[in-house]
Amino acid sequence: MSDAAASAGAATLLDVRNLSVRFRTRDGIVHAVSDLSFALRRGETLGVVGESGSGKSVSSLAVMGLLNRAYAEIDGEILFEGQDLLKLSPDELRRVRGRDISMIFQDPFACLHPMYRVGWQLAEAVRAHEDVSRQAAWDRAVELLSAVGIPNAKARARDYPHQFSGGMRQRAMIAMALVHNPDVLIADEPTTALDVTVQAQILELIDRVKKEFDIGVILITHDLGVVAETATHVMVMYAGRAMEYGPAQEIFNAAQNPYTWGLLESMPTVEKRLDVLVPIEGSPPSLLRPPPGCPFHPRCKYRFAPCDVKRPPLEPIPGGHPDACHLPPERKREIWNTRVGAELGVTA
Amino acid sequence: MLIYVARRLLWTIVVVLAVLFVTFLVFFKLPNGDPAVRFAGKSPTDEQLELIRHRMHLDKPFYVEFGYFVKNFVSGDEFGWPGLGYSYGTFTSVRKLVVERAPRTLWLIAGAATLWLTFGVAIGVLSAVKRRTIFDRLAMGFALFGISAPVFWLGLMALFIFWKTLHLTGGSGYEPLSDGVGHWASHLILPWCVLALLYMAIYARMTRNNLLETLGEDYIRTARAKGLSERRVIFRHGLRASLTPIVTLFGLDIALLVGGAIITESVFNLQGLGYLAINGALTQDLPTVLGVVICTATAVALMNLVVDIVYAFIDPRVRYA
Repeated sequence: MSDAAASAGAATLLDVRNLSVRFRTRDGIVHAVSDLSFALRRGETLGVVGESGSGKSVSSLAVMGLLNRAYAEIDGEILFEGQDLLKLSPDELRRVRGRDISMIFQDPFACLHPMYRVGWQLAEAVRAHEDVSRQAAWDRAVELLSAVGIPNAKARARDYPHQFSGGMRQRAMIAMALVHNPDVLIADEPTTALDVTVQAQILELIDRVKKEFDIGVILITHDLGVVAETATHVMVMYAGRAMEYGPAQEIFNAAQNPYTWGLLESMPTVEKRLDVLVPIEGSPPSLLRPPPGCPFHPRCKYRFAPCDVKRPPLEPIPGGHPDACHLPPERKREIWNTRVGAELGVTA
Repeated sequence: MLIYVARRLLWTIVVVLAVLFVTFLVFFKLPNGDPAVRFAGKSPTDEQLELIRHRMHLDKPFYVEFGYFVKNFVSGDEFGWPGLGYSYGTFTSVRKLVVERAPRTLWLIAGAATLWLTFGVAIGVLSAVKRRTIFDRLAMGFALFGISAPVFWLGLMALFIFWKTLHLTGGSGYEPLSDGVGHWASHLILPWCVLALLYMAIYARMTRNNLLETLGEDYIRTARAKGLSERRVIFRHGLRASLTPIVTLFGLDIALLVGGAIITESVFNLQGLGYLAINGALTQDLPTVLGVVICTATAVALMNLVVDIVYAFIDPRVRYA
């Protein structure tokens, strides 16, 4: 068990334990998420990082109860304020959704209903959990739109989504998620579909909202740069498993896992020129037939004897944080200090 | 919005005029015999033919002829407005024929359309929501039956079972509304059901497929993430977005039936517009055919306009485009 789960206490909002999600398909069982554990406290931003298909979105949809249980087999525990969400009836879960835990998604245009006014959609979210008049709900919608930085919110609430820009749509989505002062906000790639200039604004907004509303944020992204801006903790996922999990500071200053190294090396920064970027060769494994041993070993530069037979457990190293790799801790530090970290200009 | 409607109405007039022109050409200009000969009856004299040609403007160039035709249509002839001419076959005004037959067809369409829209959409929604259950499979099986069963067979079977054997409904033929609503409806209920069945099947399948597609959209996930009830997710969010193609189809289907419910009208001997058209075509009574074609064309153009207006109400993206 990780230190995060061990330190789970009263302040813990969300405590996910040994979550596994499998989909039965015609071709076999897809192991979308395997044995995933993490925790989220008030005021924290947990950055979940990984390539497409690493199970980031599926695990967050599982937390929201948005996976169709007829097709998805979910094991483990998702404790929200001590209550296992997986044991709730669909109707009880519906009452948690949008009130205690809310979510924003990647493509803000596709996520707003094209045929209803933005204000109407927010007011509907208000009335989903609160018995107030239409007018009161509408007023609250306008207030929230203005709170997330939409100018002239009173008039803009009457607009349809297609009259909003991408950034404004995402602001509206954030406003919609905040309607009931939730405890947890899950943001699934909230900036991926936006212009670079708008990305920073949205990230700032999410961070501001986290502080103002005193909530916990799960920020899902494939971009370590996005995580670097705001996350307090980082979980790196690969093939449905956590590869490395710890405080953001440690991940960026002393990453322990070869997969995280690969992500860091392939991340473009202002200083780095394109020819210095090192891509991770190969592509993620099929989740229908995950490789034996460490899921990353076929692509790993540092693999050795046990990697293709024995799966490394997610365990903390002395003086560090949990990660899943067979390399001895001293060797990890050495590689970081002499190669990856040195290249990035940070050493432990 | 008003400008939009006005512009579309102008277009409607252009479309109807164009249809008129083509129909006119087809019936008066294609080599299928001299209209004057057909009009005159058996063994006319040359003088009679000459007179008829003159009175029908057949002795003038075809654009002048068309001009008279349009003038009559727009300003009316001796039988009233719009001027549709004189039937060769029945020797009455085509306008009178159309006015007499139109209510029969319109009532048939109105009843059948209400039935098929209500039940088609309802079955489609239930099928989509209960996808892959027994209900879904039965409903889609029924839809396949409805699409494949020929109307003339269905109609005769319905008459045989519900009228002849069970005496539950009135028989064939149209009874005017003035004879009592019950009597009127008992003669229309079978044509309504038989005509509706085919369309109901198509609408059920279309609603089901559209709704299933819509329910996979991201904004449906958002609706669920808000914590809305499943009922609200399906009706307010899913169905709303699936309705647009159904509205289009509905408008066109209704319009085309104005002159196209021929089989149903024949089986139940309703003698509506479709029946008028087919009779006209069989007896080479061209003005009658022309009259029905004009009705259908106008209906199609008008329904298109109505569909576009309804569209603008349903989908805000159309309104501002």
